[in-house]
Amino acid sequence: MCGIAGIIHRDVSFDIGTEMTRMLQAMKHRGPDSTGYALFGEVHDDQVVIRFKLADANDPRGFDFSERLERSRVEVETRLNKIGASIDRVEGPTEYAYRAQIRYEGDLKALADYLENVPGCEVLSIGRSLEIIKDLGDAEDVAGLYKLSGYTGTHAIGHVRMATESDVDISGAHPYWAYPFSDVAVVHNGQLTNYFHWKRRLERSGHRFQSECDSEIIAVYLAEKMAEGHDLESAMHMSLEELDGVFTYMVVTADALGVAKDSMAAKPLVLFESDDLVVMASEEVAIRAVIDREIDTYDPYEGEVLVWTR
Amino acid sequence: MDQMTTGRRQITYDARGLSEPIADVPKISEIEGAGARFDASQLSTRQINLEIRWLLSEMGVRDITVANPGAKHSLGVGILQRCKITFEGSLGYFGCGLIDGPEVHITGRVGWATCENMMSGVVVIDKVAGSLAGAALRGGDLVIRGSVGARTGIDQKGGTILVGGDAGSLTGFMMQRGRIVICGDAGANLGDSMYDGTIYVAGAVKSLGIDCVPGEWTEADTEMLERKFSMYGFGTPPEFQKFVCGKQLYNYDSLEPAERKLVI
Repeated sequence: MCGIAGIIHRDVSFDIGTEMTRMLQAMKHRGPDSTGYALFGEVHDDQVVIRFKLADANDPRGFDFSERLERSRVEVETRLNKIGASIDRVEGPTEYAYRAQIRYEGDLKALADYLENVPGCEVLSIGRSLEIIKDLGDAEDVAGLYKLSGYTGTHAIGHVRMATESDVDISGAHPYWAYPFSDVAVVHNGQLTNYFHWKRRLERSGHRFQSECDSEIIAVYLAEKMAEGHDLESAMHMSLEELDGVFTYMVVTADALGVAKDSMAAKPLVLFESDDLVVMASEEVAIRAVIDREIDTYDPYEGEVLVWTR
Repeated sequence: MDQMTTGRRQITYDARGLSEPIADVPKISEIEGAGARFDASQLSTRQINLEIRWLLSEMGVRDITVANPGAKHSLGVGILQRCKITFEGSLGYFGCGLIDGPEVHITGRVGWATCENMMSGVVVIDKVAGSLAGAALRGGDLVIRGSVGARTGIDQKGGTILVGGDAGSLTGFMMQRGRIVICGDAGANLGDSMYDGTIYVAGAVKSLGIDCVPGEWTEADTEMLERKFSMYGFGTPPEFQKFVCGKQLYNYDSLEPAERKLVI
């Protein structure tokens, strides 16, 4: 089933960590397997933030598990230095997931590919502002583990997952980073039926897939279209024609939040829009978890693409 | 028992994942004669439904006002008595499903699948509704003053759905009987694969579905629309187009195998 949520504050920054946790927790019944956030916080002009993991949350813990993770982390840092990045900070909210703040001017695809060559390493996000945090459990578990309460920012998307197409692990959790593009992420509710067709096509043009999850296609598809020179909105319009199946998906970039619904309107979306704030989610209870006053909401129709910029 | 927080409320799940298998009636209503009112903001779905049931079956109340329903799902379901219920706010998904008899007024909006399988009664919604409004409706009037989502009146088997605004795609999909009245525009594939029944649209129709064709207007149509419009304060009916089933897909044999032998 899955639940998705998105929020964008047009003028000021808010505690989006807490807001997103409340929204996702209100939709826990839509997906208790894993929870993920794509948060846009402070913008680092000359720095890049990388979120990566070195193992999955439910990997079996062997006797040298911690040593292996430590070796991999040292290897990641060595490779960062080798590729010409200067490391400002590396911190690990958990023993398998890390956040690195670096200075790097080169090609992000080369950087991501080089790091992912380290055994077990998966780059969850790269951006000047985007940070993707995802783990098993409900929103309060993940927010507690990664200390997301008080995370100040302007816009965010989130996802609670009921796994239908692939395993319950961090690789299969949303949001997906639009590898190898800085600051683009996607969450999706639905199923894509021409998944293998697009996966093969995108792999031939050099993209990598970290999971067996159909939703990863959307992120990479949009990234590919934007690389061809299309803007976000027209890339989303193309996706309605070229992706088969049922879907409502949300996409965030450094300054925009967008949503698209398939031509059958098979997956729900409720939307609240005011001058300074847009909140949307699979269910109205999630919107009401962050807005106390009485509000008017509506459901977009089939085949609609909506984009809000800050 | 696993505890979770939804907004500010605590909901208990048992080992099977059922929410609140055991819940007590809150009994917090202010009762005045045959009328009662309670605030639902701090109650769970199950507690709200238990409170409504308790008022109707044990306290002899016939007019209930529920304040702050907060878009929770499955509120006001399975009510089989004649009574009046007002929800001051919005309902989530599956609101007022499986009801038989009540007169319900919702001052906010509703989510997906409202009044699913309603047997009789009246439900008036002041704002918009999500998809699947009046799915498998059997009887009664479902009135939505705003717009509705996709697949309104899917599998409808009776009753009337009156929509003040626009409707999404596949309105009246596989409907078998009853009436859908849309005062605004209708989305693509209107009345797709309908078996019978009538759809009236005042605005533009994006496209007709398979075997949905324009119907012949009769005096009975005018009379019915005028009556429904005056009942729910919609004013004078505008000019409507009427759509019915073309019956080109009728390939069934209506006889049972045993009956067929007798005919032959």
